[in-house]
Parts: sequence; structure tokens; C-alpha cells
Amino acid sequence: MPAITPDEVRHVARLARLELSEEEVARFTRQLGEILQAARRLQELDTEGVDPTFYPLPLRNVFRPDEVRPSLPRERVLQNAPEVEADMFRVPRIIEEA
Amino acid sequence: MTGAVAMTEEEALLFGSIEELSERLWRGEISARELAEAHLRQIERIDGEIHAYLTVVAERALTQADAADRWIARRRQEQGGPVDVRRLDPSERLVGIPWACKDVLCTEGVRTTCGSRMLESFVPPYSATVVTRLDEAGAVMLGKVNMDEFAMGSSNENSAFGPTRNPWDLDRVPGGSSGGSAAAVAAGEAVFSLGSDTGGSVRLPASYCGVVGLKPTYGAVSRYGLVAFASSLDQVGPIARRVRDCAIVFEAVAGPDPMDSTSAPGPVPAVLPTLEHGAGGVRLGLAPEYFGEGLSAPVREAVMGAVARLEREGATTVEVRMPHLEYALPVYYIISPSEASSNLARYDGVRYGLRRPGDDVVAMFSRTRRDGFGDEVKRRIMLGTYALSTGYYEAFYLKAQKVRTLIRRDFEQAFERADVLVTPVSPSVPFRLGERVDDPLQMYLTDIYTLSVNLAGLPAVSVPCGFSPEGLPIGVQIIGPAFAEARVLQVARAVEAAVADQVADRRPAVAVR
Repeated sequence: MPAITPDEVRHVARLARLELSEEEVARFTRQLGEILQAARRLQELDTEGVDPTFYPLPLRNVFRPDEVRPSLPRERVLQNAPEVEADMFRVPRIIEEA
Repeated sequence: MTGAVAMTEEEALLFGSIEELSERLWRGEISARELAEAHLRQIERIDGEIHAYLTVVAERALTQADAADRWIARRRQEQGGPVDVRRLDPSERLVGIPWACKDVLCTEGVRTTCGSRMLESFVPPYSATVVTRLDEAGAVMLGKVNMDEFAMGSSNENSAFGPTRNPWDLDRVPGGSSGGSAAAVAAGEAVFSLGSDTGGSVRLPASYCGVVGLKPTYGAVSRYGLVAFASSLDQVGPIARRVRDCAIVFEAVAGPDPMDSTSAPGPVPAVLPTLEHGAGGVRLGLAPEYFGEGLSAPVREAVMGAVARLEREGATTVEVRMPHLEYALPVYYIISPSEASSNLARYDGVRYGLRRPGDDVVAMFSRTRRDGFGDEVKRRIMLGTYALSTGYYEAFYLKAQKVRTLIRRDFEQAFERADVLVTPVSPSVPFRLGERVDDPLQMYLTDIYTLSVNLAGLPAVSVPCGFSPEGLPIGVQIIGPAFAEARVLQVARAVEAAVADQVADRRPAVAVR
């Protein structure tokens, strides 16, 4: 059984919001298959009762005082935006008209 | 390749240590402006061949240099004469020292591309904490240096703006992803640089370019303003030509930061007081898993040669085992792409970066990401999205995080018997451009000895220990327990001193001709 099929690659690309060419689908199917095949080796190991390490530091919640502080001015936040209108980020229509 | 050469005054400016240059600055023998201009000339002269820099900020650098000159003049006036450099406040050691910044760190008002088309014209509205700390220390930033796109790669060939070349052999890669950072320092285009290290991205290029690179303990250096790749692995680290310079820069940038909740609390770890303590009595851990099949003969000989010299200095060796090391590669290539696929979701063409039009937002996102990301970044986003998706999360992502615990325990057990581990940095010397681009798995093997350090969050340094017969640099990796930066740098300094007859004063021909 192949590690990953072209249809799965297309599905994952949709999840990742990544438009792929058919050439890329073919190539990624092969390359991701090889990498995932190598990753299957992890199944050899017994990890029963082993806690996962999500972070290397034993830090727990880090809090700061909940107080209003200055942040970046609006024009600086918008300075890199591809499209701005009325001091806001402009995007294609998301909500349908009623 | 060139052996030791008599230094011209220009070369003394370009290849001096931080303390040598600092001493001349504070004595008034040279000005920060002269020092910055010498580096800008060197960049002008040779960077066409090396391509370390993506952006040179000459005007900003000269403004910072003039401010450094005023700083020194003011202090001399306060003292009524020259300032004794040995009594210099540690916070003033970097005044007027030129450096290069990996283009993964945000610099207010200076374009920050991350080596990607996605951020080709991105100008950050704020600076990374490490950049601010160097600004406040009076250092002079010369520009932003090249890297693999979003720090994903081992050769610098994944930069959207063309690869950096290895100053020791222009047909070979400088290593990645901080290839520009290492090449610039090796070629006298900066006194030091900052890189970032997620799986070896500071240590590998340091080894390939014959310079020193430190990957600090996870949390020792703030990540605020570092463009995120894999947030549980990323660390910022210094690259320099000498261990002592690396230690000075580490002290300047390390320490807790309220803007990064994953930065470790507690004072800045002092590394300079013990730096010259040598290798006497140090227990060097050697794990056979680092010296097995796949390690090339010249690298093995150089690393074992360094170990033998440390033994003559009074170090002892002890065999330790790393039974789970062989799983580091698959663990890393599940965890890092998973975190990356999440971190890189922000590049959607809305708030900053590239935008490609589309009829609806999903089309806009998908086309923006199609055109903004290069091949390797797409591959890792795909891999991570797959590993995190329904049905695969437990088999891949959770399993990898559990095996990560086993790797961490291997290190903990090794450090019960050894003070540091001594390993190769990479299985081979720098390879030729193009040699591994079509084979991702082969490319990933380049980092096989460095990845596990990030998984465990440990400090490690790559320090030059010799040259291959064809004149290519070879580094040795010193790994220590968490927050033992002082210890790994002390041993690295001992290596540097022990191999000085073979390594010191060799410079790439392109940099000195």
C-alpha cells in the first residue's frame, strides 16, 4: 500500500490552502511517500506510558498583569497590507448578501 | 586555499576579534565609522561572488557607527582620557562592532524577507528583541543576510533570491539555513552574525564555513521578532570566528524577555568567567551512535583528532549510549513540519506579504501561497498538515512527541556520566551546489547529528577542528545539559586552543586576495 495517494495529497493541499499543479501533486505524492515511509519506523518503538514532550522547558502558564498597554499605531500595522480601505484590511467578499 | 598570511591593516579590521577591535576603538586608534566602512568595502568587493547579503544598509550602518563614535568620545570625556578596555562595562564591549543579521529576524524599517517571495517587500514595524539588544549595546548592523526560505534547508539553495556560496570553495554550499550568516563572518564581511537554529541551522553552516556557532538552550534567548518556523525548536544563536566572540555576543543577547513567554526566567547565564578554564578534568562523552555508518573519514579523523588533543590537556573520555538517536530524523521531520504548517498559516495575503487575487478568499489564499512559497516550504507544509490531520495525528504527531521524550532521556542519562558530548556536526564536508536538491531525504541526512539537540532543547556549539585534504573546514559539536552554555563554550574554547596550529589564521582565498 502506498504511504500516500495523489487524492490524499490533493485533500491535504486543500486543507493547507495551497494550490498545486498536477506535476506537484505527482512529485509530492512520491516524496511525501518516501518521507512518511521513513517515519513509519517510529512504530517499532514501544511508547506505552511515555509522556509526549511538547516543549523542552518545564514551563507552566506564564502570566502578565492584565492591564491596558500601548500597542503599534494603526497605520504601522497597516503599512504592509496588500490592500487597505477605510483603515481596514480589504479582502474579497466573504459574506453573501441577504 | 591559503595558509597563515601577514595581515594588512585592512585585514586587521576585517578579521580582528571583538576585543582587539574594541580595544582599538576605545583607544582612539580607529573609529567605528572606519571599521564600518572597511566592512562595507569588503562586501562591495567580494559579495558578488558569495551572495551572503540580501540587503545592505550602508546609511543606517554609518549612522549607528557615528553614534558609537560619539558614545566612545563621551565616555572618554567623562573619564578625562582613554578608557581602559579591561575595565570596560560588559555592556559596552560591542560598541561600534559591525554585524550581520539573518533575514529571519525582524528589523524595524529594514526589509525582512525570510528568503521568501512571500515577504519580498515586507518591512517590519518593530524589531526582534535580540536586534534591539544589539542596537542598545552600540553594535553596527551592516545588513540582512541570506538563508533558506523560512529557515527550511541545509544548503541555502532554498533561498528565493539565489544561494549563498561557501567562501572556502565557491562551487560548494555554505550549509543552511543560516548560510549567509556563516559565510559573511568567514569572509570578513562582518565580525559576527546572528542565525537561528531549528535543527542545526546555526551549527551546520558554522561547520561548513569554518566558524563558531552556538545554539543556546531553548528559552535562553528571546524569540520575539524571530519569524516562527517550529516554535518548540527554534532558537537564535551567535556565529563568530572565535569562541570568545560567540560568548560575548551570547551574553549580550541572552536573558528573559517579557515579550516572549517561552523565554526562561532567571538572570543572563554568564559564560565568560569560565571560558579559559580549559579541558582539564572534563569528562567527554563519546556515543558510538554518532560515529557509525555514513560518517566520512575526514570528518571522523578531525573530530577524533580534537578529542585526542583534549585528552592530552587532561580531559577524560567516557562511552555513553544514545539508543534512540537513529529516530531523531523521523521525529524531527514530523514535529517541525507540523509546527511549521501551523505557523505558516498566517501567510494568507491579508495583513502583509504577497497577495494574488482570487474570486473568493479561499482562491486568494491558495494562489497567494502557491506563488509565495518555494518547493521545500510547500513540501513541509504538506507534510505537517498531513501529520496533524484527522486519523494521522496519533500515529505520526503524538507518536513523534513520545519518541522525543525517549531521545531527551538518552541525553539525561548520558549527562549522568559525561559533562559534555562530543560529536561530528555533519557526516561530510560541504557538498557541491545542486548535488542534493532533487533528493529531500538525502538532504535531510545532512542534519542527522544536530537535530536531536533541538528536540531535547539543549545547548550545543560547533567549533572548527580541522580541514579536509581538499581544504574544506570541519567542525566538531559540543553538546551540554540545559543551560550549560558556560560548559560547552569552555570546552569549545579548549578545542579552539588545542587545534590552533591547524586552524587558526587560515582564511578563505576569496576574502584576502
